[in-house]
Amino acid sequence: MSLPMPSPERQIWMFTQMLRIRTFEERVKRTFTEHPGVIRGHTHLADGAEASIVGSLSHFREGDAALATYRCHGYPLVLGSDPKAMMAEIYGRAEGLCKGLGGSMHLTDVKRGFLGTSGIVGAGIPHAAGAAWAAQIRNKGNVVLSFFGDGASKQGAFHETLNIASLWKLPVVFIMENNGYNVVTTSAQEDANAAAGEPLSVKAKSYVMPGVTVDGTDPIAVHQAVGAAIERARSGQGPTLVESKVYRLSAHGNIIAPPGVPLHYPEHEAITVFGKREEYEAALRGDPVPRFRGILVQNGILPAAAAEDLSSRIANEMQEAVTFALNSPFPSLESALDYNYA
Amino acid sequence: MAQMPYIAAIDAGIHQEMRRDANVLYFGQNLATTENHAFVAAYGPNRVRVTPISETAEIGIAVGAAMAGFRPVVELYMAEFMLVAMDQVVNEAPRFRYMTGGQVEVPLVLKAGFGFTAGWAGQHTGSLTALFMGVPGLKVVVPATAADAKGLMATAIRDDNPVVYLHHYMLTLEPGEVPDDEYLVPFGKAEIRRAGGDVTIVATGWMVPRALTAAEQLAKEGIHAEVIDPRTVVPLDLETILRSVDKTGRVVLVDQAPRHASVSSIIAAEIAEHRFGVLKAPVVQVTAADTTIPYSEPLEAHVIPNEARIVAAVHKILK
Repeated sequence: MSLPMPSPERQIWMFTQMLRIRTFEERVKRTFTEHPGVIRGHTHLADGAEASIVGSLSHFREGDAALATYRCHGYPLVLGSDPKAMMAEIYGRAEGLCKGLGGSMHLTDVKRGFLGTSGIVGAGIPHAAGAAWAAQIRNKGNVVLSFFGDGASKQGAFHETLNIASLWKLPVVFIMENNGYNVVTTSAQEDANAAAGEPLSVKAKSYVMPGVTVDGTDPIAVHQAVGAAIERARSGQGPTLVESKVYRLSAHGNIIAPPGVPLHYPEHEAITVFGKREEYEAALRGDPVPRFRGILVQNGILPAAAAEDLSSRIANEMQEAVTFALNSPFPSLESALDYNYA
Repeated sequence: MAQMPYIAAIDAGIHQEMRRDANVLYFGQNLATTENHAFVAAYGPNRVRVTPISETAEIGIAVGAAMAGFRPVVELYMAEFMLVAMDQVVNEAPRFRYMTGGQVEVPLVLKAGFGFTAGWAGQHTGSLTALFMGVPGLKVVVPATAADAKGLMATAIRDDNPVVYLHHYMLTLEPGEVPDDEYLVPFGKAEIRRAGGDVTIVATGWMVPRALTAAEQLAKEGIHAEVIDPRTVVPLDLETILRSVDKTGRVVLVDQAPRHASVSSIIAAEIAEHRFGVLKAPVVQVTAADTTIPYSEPLEAHVIPNEARIVAAVHKILK
């Protein structure tokens, strides 16, 4: 099944969202040096996966839901969450998206269909299936998108859930963002399919659902592949596993260190662990954000001047997010006990 | 009122709520495998489903369905099977409301039997109640009578939080009077099963009837025990327990769990902290030994609390 090319306006929207994710996350990363101590714990960036995120969410409708992992900054931005509230959450402030109780790993915006993010690898996959069961019962043609990494496909939760989702023909699309590394382990070191030179989408075969591998750095290709899977799910034919191949352009996360040690982003594991600087630099040359911009400019869809204007508007938007978050108060101490029970 | 066994009362509670609320789902292993299954016949295959042996997916699916607005009841059969999916029970279901600043609610019921000390040996006999007690966000209920089995199940389903509903396997066929009409038992309200002024005995699950039998024996000697069944351990009605301690000054806590993983040890600590001044004797815990439950019948009986040990504990602190 081949979907029509998105309209020029839609392609500009896609690029805009990709650039918003990138710019937002650059500001997250810069915070470690510009405002040391403001971000605590562990953050995980989606740089390199913007095309995959936006291409997947370009089909999102009212009533659909998305669930993701601790690498969760990109999705809510595309779904319309306020970057001010997102940054305030990452800074642990009262006006954060989750009132400062969740932080970077647990961004959630239920009003916009971004239902939840588990920080435990693979654990969110059955949650997506549960939301899909709800959609199936309601029978309004809604779907659920389940985002997770390649590492999660070695968890029992993945296999148990794909089996049930296929058996029940749940309206869910499993989108595995394969960034080649499970923290500091390469796919070939931990995945029998990868070690045998097979795409990870072959895992779908065990569960009698389509398995598709797509270039996750190409937003149009992702739009097409995920779109076909979503149409299939909406029409009651059940789930699809989409392996979206991306390259994570930052390290897995900021360094893990006890209080007192300033946090920062180290170099990518390809360099620090495996000494493959050329692999990393090739990935940088293929950076999906400037690449898609180049395509849009070259095709006359987005004039270069308009692209510049867009960049500066987004830079301002994210500066405002940082300023807002820095000025947002910390939550009241009483609020620490407010949300354990309904 | 109708006489029915404890196990039928649990079903009655689920039926009561499934009839009144189309958002209640019921699913699990070896359940609803034919159209004749009572729940499938009544509510249809959309709301009642059999699952494979996949506890992580079952409980995870319940979490997702709950976040999406439904009220799932997961049939887990045995409390130990939750251990297979401990992440979902402990670190998923009870976390989302908190981590999202109250954006989502996760109303679900994990229904599991426990304490099957009828020759089920080491892996199907545990009393894991206290394990769930220490997880903020979870509620934990332990019905000891048929009426409570129905009323606590109904309340668990209406509750907007994840609830671990632990029914005791040794009580399965225990008959009791159960209200026919809509029936709900409030959480956090202990029941005084027998009033008395000499000693306070607190027990849950199957230990409640054992404590009551012990109290009857003690009454023949002129010792009047008050037997309290907390019914829900999260929330825990500490007030009723402490009020009884004020009256008696003596406490025996009975728990089928191993001593160092018991609800009784938590209640003992609360009593020690809040009622040290009124205690006339040390708090005594009658618990299982810190051991895996043995298969062989005399050994199994030896390691879990019984009436004689409860009576002996009372004698000890009344000396």
